[in-house]
Amino acid sequence: MTSNSPQAFGSPRAAALAGMRDSAGVPMLVLGASYIGFGSLVHGAGLDVWLGLFSTFTGWALPGQIVLVELYSLGGSLLVVAAAVAMTNARLLPMTVALMPWLRHRGTPAWRYYLFSHYVAVTAWAAAMRVCPNLPPEQRLPYFAGFGTTLWAMCLATTAIGFYLTGLLPGFVTLGLVFLNPIYFMLVFVADARHRGRILALATGAVMGPPLHLVSADWGLLITGVLAGSVAFAADLVLPRRRASKAEASAKAEVAADD
Amino acid sequence: MTEPEALAAAWWPYLLVVVGGLATYFWRALGVALSGRIDAGSRLFEWVACVAYAMLAGLIARMIILPNGPLATTASADRIAGAVIALAIFFLTRRNIGLGVAAGAGALVLITWGRALL
Repeated sequence: MTSNSPQAFGSPRAAALAGMRDSAGVPMLVLGASYIGFGSLVHGAGLDVWLGLFSTFTGWALPGQIVLVELYSLGGSLLVVAAAVAMTNARLLPMTVALMPWLRHRGTPAWRYYLFSHYVAVTAWAAAMRVCPNLPPEQRLPYFAGFGTTLWAMCLATTAIGFYLTGLLPGFVTLGLVFLNPIYFMLVFVADARHRGRILALATGAVMGPPLHLVSADWGLLITGVLAGSVAFAADLVLPRRRASKAEASAKAEVAADD
Repeated sequence: MTEPEALAAAWWPYLLVVVGGLATYFWRALGVALSGRIDAGSRLFEWVACVAYAMLAGLIARMIILPNGPLATTASADRIAGAVIALAIFFLTRRNIGLGVAAGAGALVLITWGRALL
């Protein structure tokens, strides 16, 4: 991981290669382990490996993929799955809006933006938000495309690896693989908890999620999101603001990514 | 199950993934289309973020406390212990996510294995 952002790479092609190189470090390790967990989850849900690969290929953004597999296991309807995935991934809209000014360059055909927007997910997005502002405009989209392509390919590979490992390893070890995802996201959220509204949303959601699941396995998740999320949002608006929240420059993923 | 029903059942998860993929890409494409015209830091998006965070926190808590699939065979206390250990290691190692995850998942494996030996 390059902590000191390079100023320029010489050419758009070199920028794309640098993006590929940069993704092949800590991001790949952490995300790869998570996708091993996803492959394992797919196996545990009784689905086949192609379904897991198809999901990573088309709907690449791990939280939504986990929501989908979990709701499938519970027998969720098409409407519930579509709504839950859409709500999980709605955050991709503001993320894309925030990133686009750093990718635009005169003369780039619009379809390229639409194509590479598929790579907007936390890891590649955070890297591009950190590095692209320091690059000349013509190198920014190539850097992001290079970073995302390698990361995506690796996620496809680890989805398959996780799926087959689950069948090969002894049962108590595969439990650890399936356990990777909830633990990983729990820590990602704890690391990312800087805005008070979001911290409240995490706490309220975690408290309401399990009981509402018992009320309705189908709708419990959606109700948790809308109810707990709105309560947290409202509380954040109403409660008095403290000056200068202790915004620790903590997790590496969030540098310069505030909004 | 009759033949058409079996076929429909086999394609059902793929249909879900297609719909899920569209529900995912929709936001990205909309983001490209709207960039420069809307404010990514607006209150609407803060509410959207709160809903997504609450939903995922609810899902994660549910996956740890009331899992389905293979994790359902483990003891609740063991899963909660694994989560607590992951948090402890995360904070002790200056917020290292990789080490926290490895410790939490490793702890669940070892505890479950230990119980099987007893």
